[in-house]
Amino acid sequence: MTAIVDPINRFARKVPTWVVYIGYLLPIPFFFYLAATGGMGVEPINALEREMGEIALQLLIIGLAITPLRKHAGLNLLKFRRAIGVLAFVYVGVHLGIWVVLDMSLRWEQMWGDIWKRPYITIGMIAFLAMIPLAATSNNYSVRKMGATAWRKMHKLVYPIAALGAVHFIMVQKVWEAEPLIYLAVILGLVGLRYIPSQKATGVASKG
Amino acid sequence: MAYRWKNTLTQADVTPKHLWMNRRAVLAGLAGAGALGGTVHAQETLEPNTLEEIRSYNNFYEFGTGKSDPAANAGDMVTDPWEVTVDGLVDNPGTYALQDLIGDLTVEERIYRFRCVEAWAMVIPWNGFELADLLNKVGVKEGATHVAFETAVIPEVMPGVRRRVIDFPYVEGLRLDEAMHPLTMMATGIYGEPMANQNGAPMRLVVPWKYGFKSIKSIVRITLTDEQPPATWNIINPREYGFYSNVNPQVDHPRWSQASHRVIGGGLFSAREDTLMFNGYPEVASLYDGMDLTVDY
Repeated sequence: MTAIVDPINRFARKVPTWVVYIGYLLPIPFFFYLAATGGMGVEPINALEREMGEIALQLLIIGLAITPLRKHAGLNLLKFRRAIGVLAFVYVGVHLGIWVVLDMSLRWEQMWGDIWKRPYITIGMIAFLAMIPLAATSNNYSVRKMGATAWRKMHKLVYPIAALGAVHFIMVQKVWEAEPLIYLAVILGLVGLRYIPSQKATGVASKG
Repeated sequence: MAYRWKNTLTQADVTPKHLWMNRRAVLAGLAGAGALGGTVHAQETLEPNTLEEIRSYNNFYEFGTGKSDPAANAGDMVTDPWEVTVDGLVDNPGTYALQDLIGDLTVEERIYRFRCVEAWAMVIPWNGFELADLLNKVGVKEGATHVAFETAVIPEVMPGVRRRVIDFPYVEGLRLDEAMHPLTMMATGIYGEPMANQNGAPMRLVVPWKYGFKSIKSIVRITLTDEQPPATWNIINPREYGFYSNVNPQVDHPRWSQASHRVIGGGLFSAREDTLMFNGYPEVASLYDGMDLTVDY
């Protein structure tokens, strides 16, 4: 295991976090360009909306995987976690913005009704609102000001946020689809892993 | 026989493209300013969608649940020869070769609005005949009140059937007076070309004032009955999909507001349009006299 993990850790130490930011921010204009030029089918708004939402969910999953990977596999990607979390918020924001401006054409009254009447939209909106304080405190100043313990406690909100995001995805479908169910299962699994003692503690030696 | 119904949406009536392009820009600008929001009935819906749009964005769960799945997967379905069973309360029941059943009916073109319950819409130039012509040919017996339809189930070429995404065969039904209405047609082509498999070849129902899922595709069975027949989405979720499923902007759907929709093919910056009662076919309103359409949705 260490034969694989150590080089990755060494490599990760050298990669600056802005690489992650750029790597995930550039696809946004790229997807808009694709959608505007027919590259996402004849209904580009829906396709774009879904794409942004799915990437947001993937980022939440990556963020949730970082702690278990360190604990159970010795892989240390902790320095990227803030970037991943902030990017997830950005993608959720773009997803929501597409809904408001492109999908709903700024029909505020209809949107307001949808938020309260359609459970999957209600759930999505709750998850988005819950992300705001997390994104707003994703900086060193907030960690210092709040204290590490309180900050960490608050940021555990990401567990229900990610689960709600996946439930939102499941509920958008008209029938039970495999893909959104897999997202939810992975998220629940990653949260569950936090309550399993690490391999070192249980004495299971990692084999190289 | 045919041409009883006068088409109001024709190619000649279509607003010249440069005009509706401008109008769309104006509307988008106004909507952006929040001034008009949902009150404009944009005329650009009169423009039929392109054949490519009509053939690439489909719901046909037998071939998968994604919008592009039917186009990708339906090609292997053999639609010639094709047999249709006509049974129940009819004078001439039997299993017919499609050509024997419909070969002598007059085919005409009708440009209809098509509104999906998922709040998107197209305008489609169908080729087909009135369902009434077919029903009269097989002879509807006294006592029949409804017509039931069934889609083909061919697991070898239908990945959605193999995965059992919903219960198959897909079934739908109409009340007899709905089925006999001159707007109701059986389509066999689009744009003068044979129907693509993903659009429901070789023969599908088209009921333009109802949500699209009522317009059942690739029909293999037509049954005249004296009771309300089962309908697939109504069975899956009766609260979301009523038996009637008339397009009705006033009846809220648990999943999608039906007040407005987006027109496929408008691109990334097309504005939503208001949905019209009965999808803009008010001539069918008398079919529902005395009914509370918020109860029988």
